[in-house]
Amino acid sequence: MPEEPLFVQRFEIGGRDFRNAGKASTTAKAILKEIGIHPAVIRRAAIAAYEAEMNVVLYARKGIMEIRVSPKDIQIRLEDEGDGIADVELAMQEGYSTASDEIREMGFGAGLGLPNIKKNADSFHIHSVVGKGTTLEITVLL
Amino acid sequence: MKLEVVREILDCRVITGDDRLDEEVGVGCGADLMSDVLAFIKPNALLLTGLSNVQSVRTADIAGIKAIVYVRGKRPDKEAIELAKEKGIVLLATKLLMYESCGKLYQHGLRGGSELEGGSSDAGRTPLRSTL
Repeated sequence: MPEEPLFVQRFEIGGRDFRNAGKASTTAKAILKEIGIHPAVIRRAAIAAYEAEMNVVLYARKGIMEIRVSPKDIQIRLEDEGDGIADVELAMQEGYSTASDEIREMGFGAGLGLPNIKKNADSFHIHSVVGKGTTLEITVLL
Repeated sequence: MKLEVVREILDCRVITGDDRLDEEVGVGCGADLMSDVLAFIKPNALLLTGLSNVQSVRTADIAGIKAIVYVRGKRPDKEAIELAKEKGIVLLATKLLMYESCGKLYQHGLRGGSELEGGSSDAGRTPLRSTL
């Protein structure tokens, strides 16, 4: 049996860094493609990662995204420092958003981000503390 | 539908990717909100949008969109064009409005995402073998 391959990469995400918004996810997507993951799986992981990354850029002060590839799944973990989400259940509803006009002008803030992450993930956990930040754990099975 | 045909129907200017106009797109999606694109897009799509910043191309790359048509005479900014070149995404521009652009392509047979087999946008949900 060959050794179990494992790939881990961490990305730093800057809040309000609109110029680089989405860069971590596009880089991660290119890496997943190089590893040879199935395109349909990459697509779901990339969309979930991108939505989560955009949330950090749009709403938090800063954050970290870690992508971990095991022989059975892709795990995407995001930890941000920010205001947190007061009502997670409400934030999970399609169409609910606290986005500013500036965010909407960039093409985001439709209130679809978190539901779309959940839709693309095989498992999704969100934990938020008001005034501290939000942690997302996303798993996409290979 | 070949991108060359899209270019003809919408009288597009090719911003980048004129060597790839023989490639095919299977479905069309018109949206200015990238959140909507990410929630509803299908693989191998053509995106029609009025959002001309770099996020249009980043979203396209993430969602596996082959080509973008900027409508209403919008021009993508320099950063968007550079990223499209790097990622191999074809950028086209038309003076037509969103409604007219989508209508013309639909009339010529380019269907929308909800009409494709399966309907929902989460392709590839079935467990796939590990390719590691």
